[in-house]
This record gives sequence, structure tokens and C-alpha cells, in this order.
Amino acid sequence: MEYTLEANNIIKNYGEYRALNDVSIKVPKGSIYGLLGPNGAGKTSLIRIINQITMPDAGEVLLNGEPLQPKHIQDIGYMPEERGLYKSMKVGEQCLYLAQLKGLSKKEAKSRLEHWFEKLGMTGWWNKKLQELSKGMAQKVQFIVTVLHEPSLLIFDEPFSGFDPVNANLIKDEILELSEKGTTIIFSTHRMESVEEMCDHIALINKSNLVLSGKLSDVKQQFRSRNYTVSLIADQPQDTFSKVPAIYEPQKTELKGLDHTLDMNIKLPESQTIAQAITQFTSLGELTHFSEIIPSVNDIFIKTVEQDG
Amino acid sequence: MDKLWLIIKREYLNKVRNRTFVIMTFVSPLIFVAVAVVVGLLTSVNNDTVRKVAILDETAQFSNLFEDTDRTDYITIDNSIEQAITASNEAGYYGLLHVSSDNGKLGEITFYSNDAPNESYINDIERTIEKKATEANLITSGIDLKKLDDAKVDKTIKLQNYLGVQSSKKVGYVKMIFGGAAGYLLMMFIIIYGNMVMRSVIEEKTNRIIEIIVSSVKPIYLMVGKIIGTSLAGITQFLIWLILGLILYTVAISFLGIDAMSSPSTDIATQQLQDMDQMELIINDILQLPLGTLVLCFFIYFIGGYLLYASIYTAIGAAVDNETDTQQFMLPIIIPLILAMYVGFFTVMDNPEGTVATVFSYIPLTSPIVMLMRIPFGVVSWWEILISVVLLYASIIAVAWLASKIYRVGILMYGKKTNWKELYKWLKY
Repeated sequence: MEYTLEANNIIKNYGEYRALNDVSIKVPKGSIYGLLGPNGAGKTSLIRIINQITMPDAGEVLLNGEPLQPKHIQDIGYMPEERGLYKSMKVGEQCLYLAQLKGLSKKEAKSRLEHWFEKLGMTGWWNKKLQELSKGMAQKVQFIVTVLHEPSLLIFDEPFSGFDPVNANLIKDEILELSEKGTTIIFSTHRMESVEEMCDHIALINKSNLVLSGKLSDVKQQFRSRNYTVSLIADQPQDTFSKVPAIYEPQKTELKGLDHTLDMNIKLPESQTIAQAITQFTSLGELTHFSEIIPSVNDIFIKTVEQDG
Repeated sequence: MDKLWLIIKREYLNKVRNRTFVIMTFVSPLIFVAVAVVVGLLTSVNNDTVRKVAILDETAQFSNLFEDTDRTDYITIDNSIEQAITASNEAGYYGLLHVSSDNGKLGEITFYSNDAPNESYINDIERTIEKKATEANLITSGIDLKKLDDAKVDKTIKLQNYLGVQSSKKVGYVKMIFGGAAGYLLMMFIIIYGNMVMRSVIEEKTNRIIEIIVSSVKPIYLMVGKIIGTSLAGITQFLIWLILGLILYTVAISFLGIDAMSSPSTDIATQQLQDMDQMELIINDILQLPLGTLVLCFFIYFIGGYLLYASIYTAIGAAVDNETDTQQFMLPIIIPLILAMYVGFFTVMDNPEGTVATVFSYIPLTSPIVMLMRIPFGVVSWWEILISVVLLYASIIAVAWLASKIYRVGILMYGKKTNWKELYKWLKY
């Protein structure tokens, strides 16, 4: 597989404190990669190393197969968690300045900006000062300066925090569009819904260590725990529930469905196959639903972090 | 390098276009002139009223010595002292001069008034009376006043150095003014523009744009670009002030100059001639100053001193979250500057070659100001300047390096109260 980014055995210390302990991640080309972890786990430290804002104490970072060099600044677009713009500067001027710092020529930057301004309905903003814009408007500008130089890798640190729902959706769609065009995207976040929705790969960092990484489907596979949802039609749900053998560790769920239905979660014992369980439940009533509970990223996250202590 | 240029350009334009900057640049010279004019007007208004002073001269020898002036009218009265006091007070006279007689000779002299009269006025009265009384005594003793006058010798010492260059007695002041002005200018520049750099660093932190910038350029570029851009804005401001000053000066000369020439009384003319002589000597003094060295050194120390302090200001800006937190870090900037000014104005003026003056003109934090003050005295040899400049620029490199380390860490630290211990830790990151 081709990797846009490979970080190998990264170690970073701040004085006595070790922020990253031998962390390695591989981000496949064209993927949407979720970098997860509680606050203070080391996500931002890793991202800053990838952006060459700080240097690792040990380990190496490869971008498109090459060791990270100053020229790679142009290949990365970064929207930090703590973000903002010059308040007293005009929108157009500011975008031009930031684009030129990323190595675009003034002319090129201008024509691309015109395209983006039109696309996001921002025509006529060029000469407005940042402080005249609403927060949502400023967020659009923020997004544009991140992606304008068309980098091969985009890094968003908590991208949706601070965005209003309308803009968050707009930005999400733009990100997906960029992803379809082949841009590799890294999300650093602790908002799991967005990860579930968008990411195809994840890495989980906890207390400076990488505790989990890989393709989202593989990770989920790894976290399958023989949990199932079961629904039965029964005249006396309470009665029927008491008849469920204890080996299934049944738990009633409050699904308000049809009358006379019993909904529960069970855990399939190691000794039984699905077929055996179905036979067992059919004997208790009319089985209408039997499906595996796939762990959510949130479950995986909480479970892993708790296990890690 | 392109990026550094971009940053310098942005910082410069951002400062120069700022409304406060524009207002400060064009309004402050006007304020300066306006204040001068107002103070002048107020002073002249202050001296506008003519005060009346009554003279009760029991000896009848002195009252005619006092002639009316622009500011004082004299009224000779002839009452008893008690009546005179009441009358003067009721008439609202400024004062009453009572010269008492001691058996026909000069007795006690008293000046009655409500306000305390100023010293020089009283001294004038004393001198006038003393002179007349002394003359009277001399005459009584049979001394010819004319002979006495002829016998008097009045000599002015001419100052000249071993190479035969003449100077005025005010040469010390001239040197002090030149050195002092250079040092003071430098200090003001450091404080004003250093603060500007610091505020601009804090602004980038509070705007949260800093991380976006440093993901595009190295922090050191941003820091250097900021310092250079801001100082260029400062130089622009100084140049505008210089030009405005020259224009105002020319205007003032062309109005006031003609005015002064239009009514030359003989008295003023001789006075002016003497002044001219004195002026010529003073100009000569100025020309005799090591002007070339002074100007050259002014630029070297100006740039060096500014860069040194601006680096410290940048580090402070990076270390804090807002301007109020900067106070605790200001001491290392303010103390050396104040110390340098004190050493300059007292120690250097007293003995420009003294140990303290010499040492302080080597220490990088004080050398720009102290050395600039020593140079006009012509006592500094070239190797002293060389040592001091080398020390200054070497320490700029060292301080800028340390500052850049603090800057690099500090700009990405939010919401953390920083102290000296913390800063020291950052140096090792």
C-alpha cells in the first residue's frame, strides 16, 4: 500500500515530560484518517511534528516516501485547533499573504481564491476586514487558507469545534470532496460521531502511547465481543424474559416497538454458535430480530482508554 | 528569504497603515508645537500685569534709582511707615519698599508684600542699593570713582586646546546636549518600538493565528521579520518627524526671523554682536565634535541597541497571554535603560573617562546609550568603541538565540501563567 505519511518511532520530550513515546502511524494515500485520543494524549504534539513546527527527539517522518524537509510545508495543509486570523487585516490580503507563505505565487493564489470565494458564496468579501465578519464567515476563510495551496495531506485538529452546524456540514462536504479527488486527510478529534461517519482508518493515542491503529473495519472486527440484539414476540414479555437462560447475560432494552415484544441485549457464550442460540430463543417466542452489535468507535475508545488505566 | 521579505512587508504595512500610527505620526509634532506655544503664551500672560511698588525712602537717596520697567511701576511716598503700610495695602500695591534711616545713614531695608517676591527681584533691589551706598562711602572716604573704574580689570578666559582650536565656555554643555540627545532618542526608540514588537507578538497569540503561520515558516523568520518590519516603520515615523520638523523650523524662522530684525535698537545690536561671537564659538564647538564618529556610531549603536532590546521584548511577548502579564518581565528592560541614562547624565558628564563610565560603555545592555554620551567628549579611542561594538553585536546574537528559543515554545503556549522558572525550562526544550 502507498502511504502519504509514515511516522516511525516518534519520541518527543518536553523537559521531563514525555509527550510521545515511540509512536508510529501509517496513513494510506487517499484515506481519511482519524487520530483519536483524550485531551493531552499527545495528538497535537504529533501533528506539530508532522508540520515541522517542532522537531522529534527521535524517530523519523516520511511524507510521500521522503524524509520530512522544509519544502514539504507546501504539501501539507493544517488547520490547528487554536486557530484564528489577523483581525484588522482585509480578507483578500490576508488570504494572499498566507497563500504566499505556503509558496504560491501571488497570481496563482489570486485566481484560486476567486474560485473558492465563488464556490463558498463569499464574493464581495475581498476588501472586508476580518473583524467585520461574523464567526461563521471567518470560519469559511479559515478553511480556504488551509486548502488553497492544494496540499497532498490535509490535517484538521478538532475541525468542527467552534463551527456552527450549517458551516460544519458545508466544511464536511468540502472535505469529502477533496478526499474523493485523492487528498489524504487526517482528523484529530475526540468527537466520535464524525469519526464513525467519515474515517476509514483510525489511530488511538493515550498517555503518549499509540494503543490502537489500523483500518476502521479491522479495528471493529478486533473489538467484536459476541454481543447481539434480540427481539421476541411474547404475550407476557416479563415472564418470557425471566425464562432466558443466564448464560446469555440478558439485559432488557427499552425499545418502544410493538406491543408484546421483548427487546434485549445478550452475550453469546463461547460454547454456543449463533444457530444454537437462535434455536434456543425461537423456543421462547417468535423471534423477529437477531443481530450482532458492532462496537462503535466511541465504545472502542472508552474501552481502550479505560483498559489502559 | 522570499518568505522573510513577505513577513517584513506585512509587518511594515500593517504598522504604517494603522490609524493610531498615522495619527501619532502627524499629530504628535503638532501637539508638541501646540504645547510649546501654549506654554509660551501662558508665561507671557503670567507676566502681563504691571505691578505697583511703593517706595518709602527715609534717606531720600535711593528712591530715584528705581525706574519704571515693563513690569513694575514705582511710586514714591512720603508718610510714616505705619500709614505707608496701610495705604499700600489698601491701594492694592504689590509691595512696599521701606528704606529706613539711621541718623541720616542707611538703616534697615524692608520689603512688605502679601506674596513672597521672587529672589532675583529682591537681589536686584539689594544690588542697586548696595552699589549706591558703596559709592557714597567711597566718595566720603575721598576715593575718585572714575579712577577706581579705570583701575578695574575685566578678563574673559579663552578656551583653546593644545592643537589651537578655540571653544566657548559652553563647550561642556554642547557636548552634553549632543550626547544626551542621542542617548535619549535611542532610549525612546527602544521603549516605543520594542513595545510595539511585543504587542504584535501578543496579538498573534491572542488572535490564534500563530500556529497557522509557523506551520508555513520557521518561527525565527517570523520573529526576525517582525523586528525588522516594526523598526522600519519606526524609522519611517522618525523620518517624517524630521521632515515635518525641518518644515516647521523653516516656517518659524521665516516669520520670526524677519520680525526680530525689523526693530534693531543699538543696545540689542551690540548684544546681538556679542551673541554672534558666542554663537560662532558654539558652532565651532559643534564642528569640533567628532561628528563623523558620532553619526556613524549613532547608527551602529542605534541598530544594535534596538535589536538587543527588541529580542528581549519578543521573548516577553511570546511568554505571556496578554499585555497585563508583561509587567513582571519588564524589569530587565527598564532597569538597564534607566541605569544607562543616569550613568550617562551624571557619571559621564562628570568624568567621561572614569571607571564607571568606561565599564558601562562596554556592558551591552547599557553601552549603546552610555557610549553615545561619551563619544562627544572626544575621550574615547577607536579600540574602546571596537570592543564595545563587538561585545554588543556578539550579545545580540546570543540574546536573539535565547529569545528565539523562548519565542518558539512560548507562542504555542496558551493559558499558562509563565514565570522565570518556566522560561528557563523552555530554553532546554
